[in-house]
Parts: sequence; structure tokens; C-alpha cells
Amino acid sequence: MSARERRDRPLRVVMPIVVLALGVAAWQAVVQYENIPPYVLPAPDLIAQTFATDWELLLRSLLVTVITTLEGFLLAAFGGVFLAILFNQSRFLEYSLYPYAVVLQVTPVVAVAPLLLIYLPQHSAVLVCAWIVAFFPVLANTTLGLRSVDRNLADLFALYGASRWQILRRLKLPSALPYILGGLRIAGGLSLIGAVVAEIAAGSAGAGSGLAYRIAESGYRLNIPRMFAALLLLSLTGIAIFYLLSLINYLALRRWHESALAQES
Amino acid sequence: MLPATADQDAPLIALRGIGKSFPNGVRALAGLDLAVRPGEFVALLGPSGCGKSTALRIIAGLTEPNEGVVEWDNATATGRRKSRIGFVFQEPTLMPWASVFDNVALPLKLKRLRAVARIELVETALDRVGLGAFARAYPRELSGGMRMRVSIARALVTEPQILLMDEPFAALDEITRFKLNDDLLQTWDALRTTIIFVTHSVFESVYLANRVLVMAARPGRISTEVAIDAPYPRGRTFRTSAEYAGLCRRASEALAVAMAVGGQS
Repeated sequence: MSARERRDRPLRVVMPIVVLALGVAAWQAVVQYENIPPYVLPAPDLIAQTFATDWELLLRSLLVTVITTLEGFLLAAFGGVFLAILFNQSRFLEYSLYPYAVVLQVTPVVAVAPLLLIYLPQHSAVLVCAWIVAFFPVLANTTLGLRSVDRNLADLFALYGASRWQILRRLKLPSALPYILGGLRIAGGLSLIGAVVAEIAAGSAGAGSGLAYRIAESGYRLNIPRMFAALLLLSLTGIAIFYLLSLINYLALRRWHESALAQES
Repeated sequence: MLPATADQDAPLIALRGIGKSFPNGVRALAGLDLAVRPGEFVALLGPSGCGKSTALRIIAGLTEPNEGVVEWDNATATGRRKSRIGFVFQEPTLMPWASVFDNVALPLKLKRLRAVARIELVETALDRVGLGAFARAYPRELSGGMRMRVSIARALVTEPQILLMDEPFAALDEITRFKLNDDLLQTWDALRTTIIFVTHSVFESVYLANRVLVMAARPGRISTEVAIDAPYPRGRTFRTSAEYAGLCRRASEALAVAMAVGGQS
């Protein structure tokens, strides 16, 4: 870390907070000064108040969304890595299936969700949406990682007569780990998006209790403060997922990979 | 004085009429003949691109020749061959995610040697290169010279009959290089492993080897052989002696001739 970066470090923490405080203050001032009704734009203090009164409802919804996201993420993580390994082992399978993985990726999930809700029970449909959105970056990154093996190391394994399984376990997977973790970091955010999209789509169909459903429902009831409160919770969830995965990334790679090294050396 | 028994004169490995062309039409080797007796230290000296490394890879079984045969002392067993070879690449080629110990243990793991049996062999190999205290370190925590020592320890851990070294010290600074030259000679003296050492440094080849095989390029083949009769152990006195200077001049002249011939095609 350069001297300048070290000096600027407190600023990097303080400045976003200052911006947040100024923004919230301005928001509050404008709403009060212009006398804007809460069903058009609620003031920050009203949103905070909504948190206080509705916290039980909101937390229950948050839990539903977080669990769906987590399930979708885990399915995407294992599914993506598993498919990538399969493709890596068999070119035949890769040629046969990869185009369809791309199709799943490029078709907007908002458009697919209503269809899924027709054929699947709601929980499964939401889960499948989260999975569709999140698995592709894992698959693509892992595929790239499995191919990014040091050629000399590959020769070394060949020299000692390593089996296919040994090459996969001791060479390809460790080489791919930084790529896999990079894919997971993207997948974490995407699985939340997938879950939210599906909940919104399901919400208009009726049943549901996740945060996104809560937003849709509050919209119909013109309960705008609760919409904001739920939105804020969703953002915080996204941030938490991102930092959690970054932490895992750091812990897994800190001993050896360039991206995670402390910069003192 | 080596007693001239029939066994000792029979080559451990012989290349006869080896030719190798790459798919892009480049003729890397043609009519390459060489024989190496057990316990010899042979240097392959040549300009870059003369096919030295290709020759080494053919000996290691990592590349198949288009013409000619590789003969191992009366047995051409492909399966057994692999266990008799240690290979040191130009780069240390260590697994960055594994500790020094695990890196050196790799060949044994790939051969499915039991963990208990591995420990002693790995420790012996590490002690031999003077890195016994660094077993738990990770490659990135070591200097370039130390990484290369780990690489040599890994090549020695299977107690190979023949050690193939592909410009192993080319990327190191001169001080480290001299030190590693001396250490390599000591190791060779202790183990009497046959060594084929590829280099483009006249000084290094003369300092280390019994015989320097000078290669001509395009296509690669052996141009001349310079016998280095100076006795071992060789040390600083040898490096500064008139005898060494004279041998280096002879090897340089042989290399110049080889390059003049090779350059015409």
C-alpha cells in the first residue's frame, strides 16, 4: 500500500458516510419543506418509524427471501462447478449442453418467471429462477479456471503418471479455485436478484411472503414507507452477501494467490 | 578412476536418429544421436531454439519423436521409464496453493505412496537442498533461488536414475546461480544420479559437466562434443583457473561453429 493510499484510508470510510448523511438530511428537508405527502415520498424519519412498527413482518419476509437466495446460490454454486467439471472431462457433453446453458443465461429471467410459476409450485419456481440467473457465472468462471492450468505443472503430472482423477483433484481444481470464487461472488448477488424477480412475478399471482412480495403488496396498498423499508433491507442483504463472499474469497486465497496477498511485500 | 566394466560403458539411455517436426512445419530435431552412461553429467549446449528442450522432453516421454528411437539400458519399458526420471523445468513450476512440503511430496502422492513413507523421503530431499527448515512455507514466501531448490528437491524425492534439467538456473541472478551450481555438483557427487543439463551458457556447461554436447539449430542435432576432463570436486579455484578459461574457449568456439552451420539453412 502506498503512503498516499494509507493516508487516504480514513477518507474512504468517512466520505461515503458523509454523503449518506447529507443525502438523508436533504431528503428529510425537501419532504418537510415542500410538504410532500407520505404516499408520494415518505421522509426518512417515517421510514425509520415503519421499521420500528413493522419490524416483525419485515424480518419474517427478509428471512424467507434470504433462505430462498441461499438455496438458489448453493444450487448454482454446486450445479455450476459440477457442470464445469463434467464439461472439462467430456468434450462430448460440453458440445452437447453448453449452448443451452448460454440460452438459459441470455433469456431474461423476468420473462421466464411467470411461465415457471405455471408449471412449478411457487417455492420451487422462485428457487429455479435464482438458480438460472446465478449458475452461469459459476459455470463460465470454473470452465475458464479448469483450463488455466500451468502447462509445466500439467507436464509434471503427466511425467509421474497421474490419473485423470488426480489431475482434477490436485491440479485443475486448485488452479481453478480463484476463478470459482470469483464466479461465486457474482453468483451471490445474482441469486438475490433471481429470487426477487421471481417473488415479484409470483406476488402478482397472489401467494408469497418474501421481501420482494412485500414491496409489491405495499405498492398496491400505497404503503410507500414500507416499500422503502423493504427496499433498504434488500440492499443491506445484497451488501452482506457481497462482503461475506469476499471474506470467504480472502480466507481461502490469502496464503497463495496474488489477488489476496497483503501488499506490504 | 572409473573401472571400465561393460556395465558402466553401456549407456543408461541412448537416442538414435531422433527427428521431430511440429504441426506448423518447423523441423525441431533431425538425426539426433546421443548416449549417456550411468552417473554421467552431460550438458546440452546450444543457442535458443535449437531443440535442446524438445530433446529433453522426448527423453522424458513428454513428447513423442517422429523418427528414431529412445533406448533405455536394454529395456524400452515405457511404464517403468517414468518412475526413473526427475525433471526440473526452467521455472520452479511449484503449486502456489501447496506448502513446500506438499510440493515436494507430490510425486510420491501421485505414486500413491503412504503418508508415513512420504515424510522421511520428503525431509531427506529438503535437507539435501538445504531447505529443511522451510517445509511449511509457501512458494511465494521464498526467493527465486529457494523456489528452484524446492523444484530440485521435488525432482530428487523419487530417487530417480536420471535427472533432466531444462535451463533451471537461467532466470536467476549470477550469485544465486553460482551457489546453485556448486550445490548441484555436491548433490550429484553424493547421489551419482545421471544428469542431463540443458543450458545456453558456455560457462555453466563447462563448470558442471563431464561432457558438453554442442547442438546446432534448424534442425537440431549434436554438432560436436567437448570432453571436460577437469576433476571433481570443482569449486572457486576451478572457476578462476586457466584450465577452466581454456575449456570455455573451446566450448565457445565449438558453439560458434555450430551456429555458423545451423544458420545457413
